[in-house]
Amino acid sequence: MSKILEGLKYSESHEWVKAEGDIAVVGVSDFAQEEMGDITYVDLPEVDDEVTAGEEFGALESVKASSDLISPVSGTVVEVNADLEDAPEKVNEDAFGNWIIKVKMSDPSELDALLDAAAYKALIGE
Amino acid sequence: MSEEITQALQQTCLYQEHLALGAKMSPFAGFMMPIQYSSITQEHLAVRQKVGMFDVSHMGEIFVEGPQAEEFVNWIFTNEIRGFQGGKVLYGMMCYPEGGVVDDLLVYREFEPEHFLLVVNAANIDKDFAWIREKVKGFNCTVRNESPDWGQIAVQGPEAEKTVMEVLGYKEAANLGFYEYCNVEYKGKRLILSRTGYTGEDGFELYTTPENTVEIWKRLLAAGVEPCGLGCRDTLRFEAGLPLYGDELSADISPVMAGLGMFCKYDKDFIGKEALLDQKAGNVAKKLVGIEIEDKAIPRAGYPVELEDGTEVGVVTTGYHSISLDKSICFALVNKDCSALDTPLWVRIRKKTFPGKVVKKRFYQTNYKK
Repeated sequence: MSKILEGLKYSESHEWVKAEGDIAVVGVSDFAQEEMGDITYVDLPEVDDEVTAGEEFGALESVKASSDLISPVSGTVVEVNADLEDAPEKVNEDAFGNWIIKVKMSDPSELDALLDAAAYKALIGE
Repeated sequence: MSEEITQALQQTCLYQEHLALGAKMSPFAGFMMPIQYSSITQEHLAVRQKVGMFDVSHMGEIFVEGPQAEEFVNWIFTNEIRGFQGGKVLYGMMCYPEGGVVDDLLVYREFEPEHFLLVVNAANIDKDFAWIREKVKGFNCTVRNESPDWGQIAVQGPEAEKTVMEVLGYKEAANLGFYEYCNVEYKGKRLILSRTGYTGEDGFELYTTPENTVEIWKRLLAAGVEPCGLGCRDTLRFEAGLPLYGDELSADISPVMAGLGMFCKYDKDFIGKEALLDQKAGNVAKKLVGIEIEDKAIPRAGYPVELEDGTEVGVVTTGYHSISLDKSICFALVNKDCSALDTPLWVRIRKKTFPGKVVKKRFYQTNYKK
């Protein structure tokens, strides 16, 4: 059974978002990392890249497959977790403790369209 | 819904064992098969470093017997079976007259004269058996598809011999060279103990009844042998430079294109010989190569292979970030003039292209029993 953190927002494509003012910290859920298996590569965007809610901003690769990362919010990338370039397995070890990008949101109201922990729990059937 | 999904999936005799182990299950070749139990990486390393076991009961077993069995098998099979003895196993292909591949397979020469066992890919059992039945017309021999009657476990890794000898008590294992087999018994039923595999390591494949297969699986599991799924079967065979039918061999990819010409013997007649000789003489557009790229990004099947200027010259057939070598490598089918070793090639991975070069397809130094 995968872990779900209260107080975070979730997308249907299994990203989590933690809002800190107008900055959105984005990662993938524990359910997502479990489904993928051993993650071997994280394809990160660059700082200053524009991202759009619902659109791909990078990818996670497991041994077997590649899975797009979908941005839950729109805005500008202000930081990427470069640690993951050398240690992508950290996402498996702690999906909530290892964020992927931080986005300066252009429209924080987009957060309202995301799922809360209870709704996400229902989505993944746990 | 596609026809593939609506067709009922078959289960191997070990299906319940996979469920009991909590395997991730997925459809493969018409069977519901285990992809992984713990993790692909852990299972992969168990086979490279110690010993692992695979359920390969989905593979097909077709028997050919009769006065003209040798003549017939040699006609449909690219490799030369005359002059090899009972107890030997040979790898090769069945080809179409145009040179494309019906299937790649193992031929076992049995100890009785004019008896052969053909072990074929699960996805191709029906197609192969139909092909064989069609081609056998006019030959004095019988063909039987016994696939449902056989279970099969592959025990692979540097400790495979020790495992087969100590856990199962088959001292005969020590006397088998690579691509040799012997007949033993388990609970009074035939067990084919074959020193073969699909991992690049030493190992054995054990063919016996479904009931015996389940019992042997449980004994190996109790002895600590790592259960391994199809996920690492693919990463292991790929590193060892072994083709997978459907990816590196197909009706459109001949043995010559795939670099497997050494398994075709031209001093005999066989179906497809003329076409393959023509390709061998240079009349072939594409070649299968290995490519290593200078990044951790992973080339996947279907990704384009390009020249520096963006001209597309081929396509990836299988690719991984290699677990044993920590490199991103792939097989790709490319234009023949781009297939020489060290040719610089670029692989397009999502929005970017990554530089690489042509390398030998056997990425990993195999450890077969001499």
